[in-house]
Amino acid sequence: MEAPVKTLGIKRSRQKTRASLETPFQRNLTAYGFLAPWLIGMLFLTIGSMLFTFYLAFTDYDLLTTPSWTGMENFSNIWQDANFWGSIRATLLYVVLSVPARLIASLLIALLLFKEVRGIGLYRALIYLPSLIGGSVGVSIGWKKLFATDGPINSFVGIFGIEGPNWIGNPSTAIMVLILLSVWQFGSEMVIFLAGLKQIPGYLYEAAKIDGASRIRSFFSVTLPMLSPIVFFNLLMGTISSFMVFTQVYIITGGGPMNSTLFYVYYLYQQAFTYYNMGYAAALSIILLVIIAAFSGFIFLTSKYWVNYDV
Amino acid sequence: MNGKSMRKGLRHLMLIAVSFIMLYPILWMFFSSFKPDTEIFSTSSLWPETWTLEHYLSGFGSDAPMNFGPMFFYSFLVSIVVVIGTVFSSTLTGFAFARLNFTPRRFFIGFMFATMMLPAQVVMIPQYIIFHKVGWVNTFIPLMLPSFLGTVPFFIYLMVQFVRGIPKELDEAALIDGCSKWRLYRSVILPLSQPAIVTMSIFAFYWTWNDFFGQLIYLSNPELYTVSLGLSMFMTNMGETQWGNLFAMSILSVIPVFLIFLIFQRYLVEGIATHGLKG
Repeated sequence: MEAPVKTLGIKRSRQKTRASLETPFQRNLTAYGFLAPWLIGMLFLTIGSMLFTFYLAFTDYDLLTTPSWTGMENFSNIWQDANFWGSIRATLLYVVLSVPARLIASLLIALLLFKEVRGIGLYRALIYLPSLIGGSVGVSIGWKKLFATDGPINSFVGIFGIEGPNWIGNPSTAIMVLILLSVWQFGSEMVIFLAGLKQIPGYLYEAAKIDGASRIRSFFSVTLPMLSPIVFFNLLMGTISSFMVFTQVYIITGGGPMNSTLFYVYYLYQQAFTYYNMGYAAALSIILLVIIAAFSGFIFLTSKYWVNYDV
Repeated sequence: MNGKSMRKGLRHLMLIAVSFIMLYPILWMFFSSFKPDTEIFSTSSLWPETWTLEHYLSGFGSDAPMNFGPMFFYSFLVSIVVVIGTVFSSTLTGFAFARLNFTPRRFFIGFMFATMMLPAQVVMIPQYIIFHKVGWVNTFIPLMLPSFLGTVPFFIYLMVQFVRGIPKELDEAALIDGCSKWRLYRSVILPLSQPAIVTMSIFAFYWTWNDFFGQLIYLSNPELYTVSLGLSMFMTNMGETQWGNLFAMSILSVIPVFLIFLIFQRYLVEGIATHGLKG
């Protein structure tokens, strides 16, 4: 207790004195005490599970008997599995259509909501609301009935004398119903875009105006480049989360009709928890990891050509 | 009317139109839940001709086709415990990462960032197998335990960022006064981190309340069903006839999240906009 008093007023040496009272061992011990919960989780639930997944992928395991080593068999079976390819096709279609559509919708609505007018806070809240509850089972149930043959969407198109299709029962429209549900939840992206728009300094627009740029021109030459880091972030997160879609498929289409919405994670779920093919499902999840890493890597690599980090 | 107020009016018109289209599915569910079953799909008007509370009342009680009371209780229980676990593990880990010196600090932090990108589905199967072997399937433990072990790196990252913003002089003053590291965490950092704790609590509650996948794989005993599972089973079993009832329970199921939104909107928006949490 004497040391701090002696060096009072000299911050550096005070710190040193304090630190030197602790041996590195004690210091680490304290820190590891704080980190204990995280370390246990890391070791067992993350690293341990990862390694276990890699092991299981090369085995045949049904949860009851012991896993038996089968080498590359799971992977060669997957290669010949029509449902696997079907799920890849459906998932890619979903990702490629829903992610850009959600990006565009969120940016356009953010532009509309950016200007401060009376009641803007309420408008922002109302438009964000669907995103907050849209991932729940409850809203998926509502969405399913919205597009039912006798649902409100079909009564709406009925006004124009069009007989609405059986949206969910038809392989070509069922996936559209799910994409629309995803686009409807553009709120998070919109909130991030709104925060980004606020960061753009006004003088850039003034300069553009002086240079005679039209509003459309200044959107493409000022707004979009300034927002490109946010577009990058939204694109990356949106892509990853779209690969993970599950609840909506489970509730609305159940993977059908004719496997047209058999999305990857849903197929993975079926293999693991309907058929208890744990080894096969583990192999599927490793492939998913590789696909997501490839997509993220691609977005990262191309980003240097279109993301503007100068500002 | 001059051009300026015209444009203003037009803007409001557009805002109202967009808001209405966005909210229509929810409004339709909401009003349908007050309509008698025969009216839901026979009229195209949003507003109920006759209002009834029957769908809400028939979701509860022992003679209900499906009693949602216990399910709401279990959803609350799981969500609240997850919030406690999240605050416990994330503040401890975040404090250590932001303020303590240890080897290999950089390696651990790098590791945490790496796991941020790791899809949960990759580790789901082995985790299920582990919990199955321990005999915890059909208990709430697999849903609650991971939160106590800091398995959501986003929350730790949020905490690290926040603690780094707290002036270091406060730590030094406390340490001079003979504070231990634990007291420093408990009496200085924790009280000052309240905004970060509120943000993580909101997201932890909301993600757990809305979760379906985890609950679906770990709970197969209907006695333990949460709201998400109850709704899903209700739809499969009686969904083609009792839509009013199903809508009423669906509306009730989103009310807790809606209330959080009303009360903590600022934290929610900030969590999304500055920390990139999935809203």
